[in-house]
Amino acid sequence: MSEEEKFDAIIIGAGPAGIACAYLLAKAQKNVLVIERGVTAGSKNVTGGRLYTYALEMVEEGLTKAAEEALERKVVREQITMMDGDKAITIDYHDLGFKGDVPQSYTILRAVFDEWFAAQAEAEGAMIATGIRVDDVIEKDGRIIGVKAGEDEMYADVVIAADGVNSLIAQKAGLRGELPAHSVGVGVKEIIELPPKTIEERFNVGPDEGVAKLSLGCTEGIQGGGFLYTNKDSVSLGVVFSPEQAAKNGKKIHEIFQDYKMSPAIYPLIGDGTTTEYGAHLVPEEGLRGVPKKLFRDGLVLVGDAAGFGINMGYIIRGIDLALVSGAAAAKAIIAAEKVSDVGPAYMKELDNMRLIPNMKAVAGFPDILTLPRIFSTYPKMANDVFQYLFTVDGKVPTKMTKALMGIVKKHVTMGQLMGDAWRGLKSI
Amino acid sequence: MTVKRQGPEELLGLNKFTVDEDCPHIVLDKEICAKCKDKPCLVICPAVLYTLKDGEINFDYAGCLECGTCRVMCKNKGISKWEYPRGTFGVAFRGG
Repeated sequence: MSEEEKFDAIIIGAGPAGIACAYLLAKAQKNVLVIERGVTAGSKNVTGGRLYTYALEMVEEGLTKAAEEALERKVVREQITMMDGDKAITIDYHDLGFKGDVPQSYTILRAVFDEWFAAQAEAEGAMIATGIRVDDVIEKDGRIIGVKAGEDEMYADVVIAADGVNSLIAQKAGLRGELPAHSVGVGVKEIIELPPKTIEERFNVGPDEGVAKLSLGCTEGIQGGGFLYTNKDSVSLGVVFSPEQAAKNGKKIHEIFQDYKMSPAIYPLIGDGTTTEYGAHLVPEEGLRGVPKKLFRDGLVLVGDAAGFGINMGYIIRGIDLALVSGAAAAKAIIAAEKVSDVGPAYMKELDNMRLIPNMKAVAGFPDILTLPRIFSTYPKMANDVFQYLFTVDGKVPTKMTKALMGIVKKHVTMGQLMGDAWRGLKSI
Repeated sequence: MTVKRQGPEELLGLNKFTVDEDCPHIVLDKEICAKCKDKPCLVICPAVLYTLKDGEINFDYAGCLECGTCRVMCKNKGISKWEYPRGTFGVAFRGG
Protein backbone atom coordinates (compact mmCIF):
# COMPACT_ATOMS: atom_id res chain seq x y z
CA MET A 1 0.00 0.00 0.00
CA SER A 2 1.35 3.45 -0.84
CA GLU A 3 1.25 6.54 1.29
CA GLU A 4 -1.33 8.01 -1.09
CA GLU A 5 -3.99 5.39 -0.37
CA LYS A 6 -3.98 5.96 3.32
CA PHE A 7 -6.69 5.63 5.93
CA ASP A 8 -8.03 8.48 8.01
CA ALA A 9 -7.28 6.32 11.06
CA ILE A 10 -5.74 2.97 11.87
CA ILE A 11 -6.73 1.51 15.22
CA ILE A 12 -4.56 -1.16 16.82
CA GLY A 13 -6.70 -3.51 18.89
CA ALA A 14 -10.40 -4.39 18.74
CA GLY A 15 -11.19 -3.96 22.43
CA PRO A 16 -13.80 -1.50 23.73
CA ALA A 17 -11.47 1.51 23.36
CA GLY A 18 -10.53 0.69 19.79
CA ILE A 19 -14.03 -0.24 18.69
CA ALA A 20 -15.69 2.79 20.33
CA CYS A 21 -13.27 4.92 18.38
CA ALA A 22 -13.84 3.01 15.13
CA TYR A 23 -17.61 3.08 15.57
CA LEU A 24 -17.80 6.86 15.90
CA LEU A 25 -15.26 7.50 13.16
CA ALA A 26 -17.11 5.21 10.74
CA LYS A 27 -20.37 6.95 11.60
CA ALA A 28 -18.72 10.24 10.67
CA GLN A 29 -17.79 8.74 7.27
CA LYS A 30 -14.12 8.38 8.12
CA ASN A 31 -12.11 5.73 6.39
CA VAL A 32 -11.03 3.57 9.33
CA LEU A 33 -9.15 0.30 9.71
CA VAL A 34 -9.07 -1.73 12.93
CA ILE A 35 -6.27 -4.30 13.16
CA GLU A 36 -6.75 -7.09 15.70
CA ARG A 37 -4.29 -9.92 16.34
CA GLY A 38 -6.95 -12.37 17.58
CA VAL A 39 -8.94 -14.53 15.18
CA THR A 40 -12.02 -12.60 16.23
CA ALA A 41 -12.49 -9.32 18.10
CA GLY A 42 -12.48 -10.16 21.82
CA SER A 43 -10.68 -13.48 21.54
CA LYS A 44 -7.60 -12.10 23.33
CA ASN A 45 -9.50 -10.10 25.88
CA VAL A 46 -10.31 -10.88 29.50
CA THR A 47 -12.19 -8.96 32.16
CA GLY A 48 -13.43 -9.69 35.67
CA GLY A 49 -15.88 -8.20 35.05
CA ARG A 50 -18.50 -5.71 34.52
CA LEU A 51 -19.34 -2.80 32.28
CA TYR A 52 -20.74 0.49 33.59
CA THR A 53 -23.25 1.54 30.97
CA TYR A 54 -22.91 5.33 31.27
CA ALA A 55 -19.87 4.87 29.02
CA LEU A 56 -21.83 3.11 26.28
CA GLU A 57 -24.36 5.93 26.46
CA MET A 58 -21.51 8.43 26.07
CA VAL A 59 -20.41 6.67 22.91
CA GLU A 60 -23.99 6.86 21.66
CA GLU A 61 -27.31 7.24 23.42
CA GLY A 62 -29.28 4.01 23.29
CA LEU A 63 -26.25 1.79 22.76
CA THR A 64 -26.81 -0.09 26.04
CA LYS A 65 -30.24 -1.25 24.89
CA ALA A 66 -28.84 -2.31 21.54
CA ALA A 67 -26.01 -4.18 23.30
CA GLU A 68 -28.27 -6.08 25.67
CA GLU A 69 -27.98 -9.42 23.83
CA ALA A 70 -24.18 -9.23 24.13
CA LEU A 71 -24.24 -8.37 27.84
CA GLU A 72 -24.85 -10.75 30.74
CA ARG A 73 -26.78 -9.74 33.87
CA LYS A 74 -27.86 -6.40 35.37
CA VAL A 75 -25.99 -5.99 38.63
CA VAL A 76 -28.43 -5.41 41.51
CA ARG A 77 -26.36 -6.88 44.34
CA GLU A 78 -23.01 -5.45 45.36
CA GLN A 79 -21.26 -7.69 47.84
CA ILE A 80 -18.08 -7.38 49.84
CA THR A 81 -16.86 -10.49 51.60
CA MET A 82 -14.15 -10.46 54.25
CA MET A 83 -12.73 -13.93 54.65
CA ASP A 84 -10.69 -15.63 57.32
CA GLY A 85 -10.37 -19.39 56.91
CA ASP A 86 -13.77 -20.92 57.65
CA LYS A 87 -15.22 -17.58 58.75
CA ALA A 88 -16.54 -14.83 56.51
CA ILE A 89 -18.53 -11.61 56.75
CA THR A 90 -20.50 -10.54 53.69
CA ILE A 91 -21.99 -7.12 53.17
CA ASP A 92 -24.77 -7.41 50.61
CA TYR A 93 -26.16 -4.20 49.15
CA HIS A 94 -29.31 -4.83 47.14
CA ASP A 95 -30.55 -2.00 44.92
CA LEU A 96 -33.23 -2.59 42.30
CA GLY A 97 -32.79 1.05 41.27
CA PHE A 98 -29.56 -0.09 39.60
CA LYS A 99 -31.80 -1.88 37.11
CA GLY A 100 -33.43 1.39 35.95
CA ASP A 101 -34.30 2.19 32.33
CA VAL A 102 -30.66 2.00 31.49
CA PRO A 103 -29.22 -0.40 34.09
CA GLN A 104 -26.15 1.02 35.84
CA SER A 105 -23.94 -1.94 35.07
CA TYR A 106 -23.94 -5.37 33.46
CA THR A 107 -21.71 -8.32 34.03
CA ILE A 108 -19.87 -9.06 30.81
CA LEU A 109 -17.88 -11.66 28.91
CA ARG A 110 -15.46 -9.94 26.63
CA ALA A 111 -15.20 -12.46 23.81
CA VAL A 112 -18.96 -12.08 23.43
CA PHE A 113 -19.30 -8.33 23.87
CA ASP A 114 -16.24 -7.23 21.89
CA GLU A 115 -17.24 -9.36 18.92
CA TRP A 116 -20.73 -7.85 18.97
CA PHE A 117 -19.37 -4.31 19.26
CA ALA A 118 -16.90 -4.87 16.42
CA ALA A 119 -19.77 -6.06 14.22
CA GLN A 120 -21.61 -2.78 14.93
CA ALA A 121 -18.57 -0.76 13.91
CA GLU A 122 -18.23 -2.89 10.79
CA ALA A 123 -21.90 -2.28 9.94
CA GLU A 124 -21.15 1.46 10.12
CA GLY A 125 -18.39 1.03 7.58
CA ALA A 126 -15.25 0.42 9.64
CA MET A 127 -12.90 -2.21 8.24
CA ILE A 128 -12.01 -4.82 10.85
CA ALA A 129 -8.98 -6.94 9.97
CA THR A 130 -8.55 -9.82 12.43
CA GLY A 131 -5.71 -12.29 12.76
CA ILE A 132 -3.07 -9.65 12.08
CA ARG A 133 -0.48 -8.56 14.62
CA VAL A 134 0.84 -5.03 14.33
CA ASP A 135 4.59 -5.17 14.93
CA ASP A 136 5.56 -1.54 14.89
CA VAL A 137 4.62 1.99 13.95
CA ILE A 138 6.09 3.77 10.95
CA GLU A 139 7.68 7.10 11.67
CA LYS A 140 8.57 9.85 9.22
CA ASP A 141 9.91 13.30 10.06
CA GLY A 142 9.02 12.81 13.72
CA ARG A 143 5.45 11.84 12.95
CA ILE A 144 3.73 8.48 13.13
CA ILE A 145 2.32 7.83 9.68
CA GLY A 146 1.29 4.19 9.77
CA VAL A 147 1.90 0.68 11.05
CA LYS A 148 3.88 -2.38 10.10
CA ALA A 149 2.48 -5.90 10.26
CA GLY A 150 4.95 -8.47 9.01
CA GLU A 151 5.89 -7.41 5.49
CA ASP A 152 2.88 -5.14 5.14
CA GLU A 153 2.85 -1.42 5.70
CA MET A 154 -0.35 0.54 6.13
CA TYR A 155 -0.67 4.28 6.33
CA ALA A 156 -3.03 6.66 8.10
CA ASP A 157 -3.34 10.26 9.24
CA VAL A 158 -3.67 9.05 12.82
CA VAL A 159 -2.80 5.78 14.51
CA ILE A 160 -4.69 4.89 17.68
CA ALA A 161 -2.91 2.51 20.06
CA ALA A 162 -5.71 0.53 21.69
CA ASP A 163 -3.51 -2.49 22.21
CA GLY A 164 -4.10 -2.97 25.90
CA VAL A 165 -2.21 -2.83 29.16
CA ASN A 166 1.08 -4.17 27.82
CA SER A 167 0.93 -1.61 25.01
CA LEU A 168 4.04 -2.56 23.13
CA ILE A 169 3.08 0.04 20.55
CA ALA A 170 3.12 2.90 23.09
CA GLN A 171 6.57 1.69 24.15
CA LYS A 172 7.86 1.48 20.60
CA ALA A 173 6.55 4.97 19.93
CA GLY A 174 8.39 6.25 22.99
CA LEU A 175 5.31 7.29 24.96
CA ARG A 176 5.75 4.66 27.65
CA GLY A 177 8.73 3.02 29.28
CA GLU A 178 8.82 -0.50 30.61
CA LEU A 179 5.70 -1.26 32.61
CA PRO A 180 6.76 -1.21 36.28
CA ALA A 181 5.67 -4.32 38.18
CA HIS A 182 4.14 -2.29 41.02
CA SER A 183 1.83 -0.50 38.58
CA VAL A 184 -0.13 -3.61 37.59
CA GLY A 185 -2.15 -6.41 39.08
CA VAL A 186 -2.37 -9.85 37.56
CA GLY A 187 -5.87 -11.27 37.35
CA VAL A 188 -6.51 -14.99 37.14
CA LYS A 189 -9.96 -16.28 36.33
CA GLU A 190 -12.12 -19.31 35.69
CA ILE A 191 -15.46 -19.27 33.93
CA ILE A 192 -17.68 -21.80 35.66
CA GLU A 193 -20.90 -22.84 33.96
CA LEU A 194 -24.07 -23.17 36.03
CA PRO A 195 -27.72 -23.33 34.96
CA PRO A 196 -29.38 -19.88 35.10
CA LYS A 197 -31.95 -21.14 37.60
CA THR A 198 -29.20 -22.32 39.96
CA ILE A 199 -27.50 -18.93 39.74
CA GLU A 200 -30.75 -17.15 40.52
CA GLU A 201 -31.48 -19.37 43.52
CA ARG A 202 -28.00 -19.29 45.00
CA PHE A 203 -27.50 -15.58 44.62
CA ASN A 204 -31.10 -14.58 45.28
CA VAL A 205 -31.59 -12.62 42.07
CA GLY A 206 -34.20 -12.46 39.30
CA PRO A 207 -33.77 -13.92 35.79
CA ASP A 208 -31.93 -10.95 34.31
CA GLU A 209 -30.26 -9.82 37.54
CA GLY A 210 -26.75 -10.43 38.76
CA VAL A 211 -24.24 -10.08 41.56
CA ALA A 212 -20.82 -8.48 41.77
CA LYS A 213 -18.81 -9.74 44.72
CA LEU A 214 -15.36 -8.64 45.82
CA SER A 215 -13.48 -10.55 48.50
CA LEU A 216 -10.74 -9.55 50.90
CA GLY A 217 -8.61 -11.86 52.97
CA CYS A 218 -8.16 -14.51 50.30
CA THR A 219 -4.72 -13.55 48.98
CA GLU A 220 -2.39 -14.69 51.78
CA GLY A 221 -1.86 -11.06 52.70
CA ILE A 222 -0.75 -10.15 49.17
CA GLN A 223 -2.16 -6.87 47.91
CA GLY A 224 -5.21 -7.93 45.93
CA GLY A 225 -8.57 -9.61 46.28
CA GLY A 226 -11.05 -12.05 44.90
CA PHE A 227 -13.94 -11.38 42.57
CA LEU A 228 -17.09 -13.12 41.48
CA TYR A 229 -19.52 -11.98 38.80
CA THR A 230 -22.64 -13.88 37.76
CA ASN A 231 -23.18 -14.14 34.01
CA LYS A 232 -26.26 -15.51 32.23
CA ASP A 233 -25.26 -19.14 32.60
CA SER A 234 -21.85 -18.99 34.23
CA VAL A 235 -19.91 -17.42 37.06
CA SER A 236 -16.66 -15.50 36.51
CA LEU A 237 -14.48 -16.26 39.50
CA GLY A 238 -11.00 -14.95 40.01
CA VAL A 239 -8.32 -13.25 42.05
CA VAL A 240 -6.20 -10.20 41.29
CA PHE A 241 -2.73 -9.98 42.85
CA SER A 242 0.18 -7.61 42.99
CA PRO A 243 2.71 -9.74 41.09
CA GLU A 244 5.59 -8.15 43.02
CA GLN A 245 4.18 -9.19 46.37
CA ALA A 246 3.12 -12.57 45.06
CA ALA A 247 6.71 -13.24 44.02
CA LYS A 248 7.89 -12.41 47.56
CA ASN A 249 5.19 -14.59 49.09
CA GLY A 250 6.45 -17.55 47.12
CA LYS A 251 3.23 -19.53 46.73
CA LYS A 252 2.13 -19.99 43.12
CA ILE A 253 -0.71 -17.61 42.31
CA HIS A 254 -2.49 -20.47 40.59
CA GLU A 255 -2.59 -22.28 43.96
CA ILE A 256 -3.78 -19.26 45.92
CA PHE A 257 -6.58 -18.90 43.39
CA GLN A 258 -7.53 -22.56 43.73
CA ASP A 259 -7.62 -22.09 47.54
CA TYR A 260 -10.03 -19.19 47.04
CA LYS A 261 -12.20 -21.25 44.71
CA MET A 262 -12.41 -24.10 47.21
CA SER A 263 -12.90 -21.87 50.28
CA PRO A 264 -16.07 -22.30 52.36
CA ALA A 265 -17.21 -18.78 51.45
CA ILE A 266 -17.04 -19.47 47.70
CA TYR A 267 -17.34 -23.16 46.96
CA PRO A 268 -21.05 -23.54 47.87
CA LEU A 269 -21.81 -20.83 45.28
CA ILE A 270 -20.11 -22.68 42.42
CA GLY A 271 -20.47 -26.34 43.42
CA ASP A 272 -21.88 -28.60 40.67
CA GLY A 273 -20.61 -26.10 38.12
CA THR A 274 -18.26 -26.88 35.26
CA THR A 275 -15.14 -24.87 34.59
CA THR A 276 -14.96 -24.09 30.88
CA GLU A 277 -12.11 -21.62 30.58
CA TYR A 278 -9.01 -20.39 32.40
CA GLY A 279 -7.77 -16.90 31.68
CA ALA A 280 -5.32 -14.32 32.95
CA HIS A 281 -4.72 -10.67 32.29
CA LEU A 282 -2.91 -7.64 33.66
CA VAL A 283 -4.77 -4.61 34.99
CA PRO A 284 -3.43 -1.10 35.52
CA GLU A 285 -3.58 -0.53 39.30
CA GLU A 286 -2.12 2.89 39.89
CA GLY A 287 -4.99 5.03 38.69
CA LEU A 288 -3.98 8.49 37.52
CA ARG A 289 -0.39 7.95 38.70
CA GLY A 290 -0.04 5.15 36.18
CA VAL A 291 -1.11 7.28 33.25
CA PRO A 292 1.86 8.28 31.04
CA LYS A 293 2.78 11.96 31.08
CA LYS A 294 2.06 12.21 27.38
CA LEU A 295 -0.83 10.39 25.75
CA PHE A 296 -0.11 11.45 22.21
CA ARG A 297 2.48 12.51 19.74
CA ASP A 298 2.00 13.68 16.19
CA GLY A 299 0.00 10.99 14.44
CA LEU A 300 -0.54 8.74 17.47
CA VAL A 301 -2.87 8.66 20.48
CA LEU A 302 -3.14 6.16 23.34
CA VAL A 303 -6.56 4.98 24.55
CA GLY A 304 -7.93 2.53 27.13
CA ASP A 305 -5.53 0.31 29.06
CA ALA A 306 -2.72 1.38 26.73
CA ALA A 307 -3.12 4.84 28.27
CA GLY A 308 -3.20 3.35 31.77
CA PHE A 309 -6.85 4.23 32.30
CA GLY A 310 -8.07 2.21 35.27
CA ILE A 311 -9.67 2.97 38.61
CA ASN A 312 -9.45 0.64 41.58
CA MET A 313 -11.13 1.93 44.72
CA GLY A 314 -11.14 -1.45 46.39
CA TYR A 315 -14.91 -1.78 46.19
CA ILE A 316 -15.28 -0.36 42.68
CA ILE A 317 -13.10 -1.44 39.78
CA ARG A 318 -13.33 0.37 36.48
CA GLY A 319 -11.57 -0.06 33.19
CA ILE A 320 -13.91 -0.95 30.35
CA ASP A 321 -15.94 2.23 30.85
CA LEU A 322 -12.81 4.36 30.74
CA ALA A 323 -11.71 2.51 27.62
CA LEU A 324 -15.01 3.27 25.88
CA VAL A 325 -14.94 6.93 26.89
CA SER A 326 -11.32 7.40 25.83
CA GLY A 327 -11.98 5.72 22.48
CA ALA A 328 -14.93 8.04 21.93
CA ALA A 329 -12.80 11.03 22.98
CA ALA A 330 -10.15 10.10 20.43
CA ALA A 331 -12.80 9.79 17.70
CA LYS A 332 -14.28 13.19 18.55
CA ALA A 333 -10.82 14.75 18.47
CA ILE A 334 -10.06 13.24 15.07
CA ILE A 335 -13.41 14.34 13.66
CA ALA A 336 -12.98 17.91 14.94
CA ALA A 337 -9.30 18.34 14.09
CA GLU A 338 -8.45 20.35 11.01
CA LYS A 339 -4.92 19.06 10.82
CA VAL A 340 -3.15 16.03 12.28
CA SER A 341 -1.19 18.03 14.83
CA ASP A 342 -4.49 19.23 16.36
CA VAL A 343 -5.63 15.70 17.23
CA GLY A 344 -3.53 15.13 20.36
CA PRO A 345 -4.38 18.41 22.13
CA ALA A 346 -8.05 18.01 21.10
CA TYR A 347 -8.03 14.46 22.55
CA MET A 348 -6.74 15.74 25.90
CA LYS A 349 -9.48 18.37 25.90
CA GLU A 350 -12.12 15.71 25.15
CA LEU A 351 -10.83 13.52 27.99
CA ASP A 352 -11.58 16.45 30.29
CA ASN A 353 -14.92 17.34 28.67
CA MET A 354 -16.06 13.74 28.87
CA ARG A 355 -15.01 13.75 32.54
CA LEU A 356 -12.55 10.88 32.27
CA ILE A 357 -9.56 12.72 33.71
CA PRO A 358 -11.70 14.48 36.38
CA ASN A 359 -13.06 11.04 37.38
CA MET A 360 -9.55 9.69 37.74
CA LYS A 361 -8.37 12.80 39.61
CA ALA A 362 -11.21 12.49 42.13
CA VAL A 363 -9.98 9.08 43.27
CA ALA A 364 -6.28 9.50 42.56
CA GLY A 365 -5.36 8.88 46.21
CA PHE A 366 -7.03 5.50 46.52
CA PRO A 367 -3.93 3.47 45.69
CA ASP A 368 -2.54 4.73 49.03
CA ILE A 369 -5.23 2.85 50.95
CA LEU A 370 -4.98 -0.18 48.73
CA THR A 371 -1.30 -0.51 49.41
CA LEU A 372 -1.83 -0.60 53.20
CA PRO A 373 -0.59 -4.12 53.89
CA ARG A 374 -3.02 -4.80 56.74
CA ILE A 375 -6.10 -4.45 54.51
CA PHE A 376 -5.53 -7.79 52.86
CA SER A 377 -5.23 -10.03 55.90
CA THR A 378 -5.03 -8.36 59.32
CA TYR A 379 -8.24 -6.32 59.11
CA PRO A 380 -10.41 -9.06 57.57
CA LYS A 381 -9.22 -11.38 60.35
CA MET A 382 -9.87 -8.74 62.98
CA ALA A 383 -13.40 -8.10 61.66
CA ASN A 384 -14.14 -11.82 61.70
CA ASP A 385 -12.90 -12.09 65.29
CA VAL A 386 -15.28 -9.29 66.26
CA PHE A 387 -18.23 -11.07 64.66
CA GLN A 388 -17.21 -14.36 66.19
CA TYR A 389 -17.25 -12.70 69.60
CA LEU A 390 -20.65 -11.08 68.94
CA PHE A 391 -22.34 -14.28 67.80
CA THR A 392 -20.75 -16.83 70.12
CA VAL A 393 -23.02 -18.29 72.83
CA ASP A 394 -21.39 -21.12 74.75
CA GLY A 395 -22.76 -20.82 78.28
CA LYS A 396 -19.65 -19.06 79.58
CA VAL A 397 -20.10 -15.62 81.09
CA PRO A 398 -19.45 -13.26 78.16
CA THR A 399 -16.56 -10.82 78.45
CA LYS A 400 -17.69 -7.23 78.69
CA MET A 401 -18.02 -5.90 75.16
CA THR A 402 -15.62 -2.95 75.41
CA LYS A 403 -12.97 -5.16 76.98
CA ALA A 404 -13.50 -7.93 74.43
CA LEU A 405 -13.30 -5.56 71.46
CA MET A 406 -10.17 -3.88 72.79
CA GLY A 407 -8.67 -7.31 73.28
CA ILE A 408 -9.42 -8.31 69.68
CA VAL A 409 -7.99 -5.09 68.27
CA LYS A 410 -4.82 -5.43 70.34
CA LYS A 411 -4.39 -9.01 69.22
CA HIS A 412 -4.08 -7.85 65.61
CA VAL A 413 -2.58 -4.35 65.65
CA THR A 414 -0.93 -1.77 67.87
CA MET A 415 -2.82 1.44 68.49
CA GLY A 416 -0.09 3.24 66.54
CA GLN A 417 -0.65 1.05 63.50
CA LEU A 418 -4.40 1.50 63.71
CA MET A 419 -4.18 5.28 64.00
CA GLY A 420 -1.56 5.43 61.25
CA ASP A 421 -3.67 3.37 58.86
CA ALA A 422 -6.81 5.37 59.67
CA TRP A 423 -4.93 8.62 59.07
CA ARG A 424 -3.45 7.41 55.78
CA GLY A 425 -6.85 6.08 54.76
CA LEU A 426 -8.61 9.37 55.47
CA LYS A 427 -5.92 11.37 53.74
CA SER A 428 -6.02 9.30 50.59
CA ILE A 429 -9.77 9.58 50.03
CA MET B 1 -18.86 -32.45 36.30
CA THR B 2 -18.63 -30.63 39.54
CA VAL B 3 -16.11 -27.87 39.94
CA LYS B 4 -12.98 -28.91 41.83
CA ARG B 5 -9.40 -27.97 42.58
CA GLN B 6 -7.55 -28.29 39.30
CA GLY B 7 -3.94 -28.22 38.28
CA PRO B 8 -2.69 -25.78 35.66
CA GLU B 9 -2.37 -28.37 32.85
CA GLU B 10 -5.95 -29.47 33.39
CA LEU B 11 -7.20 -25.88 33.34
CA LEU B 12 -5.20 -24.98 30.24
CA GLY B 13 -6.64 -28.08 28.59
CA LEU B 14 -10.03 -26.35 28.65
CA ASN B 15 -8.79 -23.46 26.54
CA LYS B 16 -8.49 -23.21 22.79
CA PHE B 17 -4.90 -22.70 21.63
CA THR B 18 -3.42 -22.53 18.15
CA VAL B 19 0.28 -23.07 18.68
CA ASP B 20 2.75 -21.39 16.36
CA GLU B 21 5.17 -24.28 15.97
CA ASP B 22 7.61 -22.22 13.90
CA CYS B 23 7.96 -19.21 16.10
CA PRO B 24 7.95 -19.14 19.92
CA HIS B 25 6.75 -15.72 21.04
CA ILE B 26 8.70 -15.78 24.30
CA VAL B 27 12.35 -16.82 24.38
CA LEU B 28 14.64 -17.17 27.39
CA ASP B 29 18.34 -16.58 27.69
CA LYS B 30 19.04 -19.54 29.94
CA GLU B 31 22.47 -18.28 30.95
CA ILE B 32 20.88 -15.24 32.51
CA CYS B 33 18.10 -17.33 34.06
CA ALA B 34 20.68 -19.66 35.62
CA LYS B 35 22.22 -16.69 37.45
CA CYS B 36 18.85 -15.23 38.53
CA LYS B 37 18.37 -15.77 42.26
CA ASP B 38 14.73 -14.82 42.68
CA LYS B 39 13.16 -16.59 39.70
CA PRO B 40 9.78 -14.86 40.19
CA CYS B 41 8.55 -16.51 36.98
CA LEU B 42 8.14 -19.81 38.87
CA VAL B 43 5.50 -18.21 41.09
CA ILE B 44 3.78 -15.50 39.12
CA CYS B 45 2.92 -17.18 35.82
CA PRO B 46 -0.83 -17.92 36.14
CA ALA B 47 -0.42 -20.87 33.80
CA VAL B 48 2.65 -22.18 35.69
CA LEU B 49 4.57 -22.51 32.42
CA TYR B 50 7.94 -21.74 33.97
CA THR B 51 9.35 -24.81 35.66
CA LEU B 52 12.65 -25.75 37.22
CA LYS B 53 14.28 -28.98 36.12
CA ASP B 54 17.75 -29.94 37.32
CA GLY B 55 18.35 -26.32 38.21
CA GLU B 56 17.42 -25.08 34.74
CA ILE B 57 14.39 -22.91 33.93
CA ASN B 58 12.14 -24.33 31.27
CA PHE B 59 9.32 -22.49 29.60
CA ASP B 60 6.52 -23.95 27.53
CA TYR B 61 5.05 -21.20 25.38
CA ALA B 62 2.23 -23.40 24.07
CA GLY B 63 -0.14 -22.76 27.01
CA CYS B 64 0.62 -19.05 27.36
CA LEU B 65 -2.35 -16.89 28.35
CA GLU B 66 -0.54 -13.81 26.98
CA CYS B 67 -1.03 -11.77 30.15
CA GLY B 68 2.45 -10.25 30.26
CA THR B 69 3.12 -10.87 33.96
CA CYS B 70 6.47 -12.57 33.29
CA ARG B 71 7.52 -9.66 31.14
CA VAL B 72 6.96 -7.08 33.89
CA MET B 73 8.43 -9.32 36.61
CA CYS B 74 11.59 -10.46 34.81
CA LYS B 75 14.10 -7.99 36.24
CA ASN B 76 17.29 -9.54 34.92
CA LYS B 77 16.19 -9.72 31.30
CA GLY B 78 16.31 -13.49 31.18
CA ILE B 79 13.38 -13.13 28.83
CA SER B 80 15.32 -12.13 25.73
CA LYS B 81 12.21 -11.87 23.56
CA TRP B 82 8.63 -11.17 24.60
CA GLU B 83 6.13 -10.62 21.84
CA TYR B 84 2.51 -11.50 21.37
CA PRO B 85 2.07 -14.60 19.20
CA ARG B 86 1.83 -13.87 15.48
CA GLY B 87 -1.67 -13.10 14.17
CA THR B 88 -4.25 -15.91 14.59
CA PHE B 89 -1.90 -17.88 16.91
CA GLY B 90 -2.02 -18.32 20.66
CA VAL B 91 -4.97 -18.51 23.01
CA ALA B 92 -8.50 -17.80 21.73
CA PHE B 93 -10.87 -17.02 24.58
CA ARG B 94 -14.48 -18.04 24.06
CA GLY B 95 -15.68 -16.25 27.18
CA GLY B 96 -12.88 -13.93 28.23
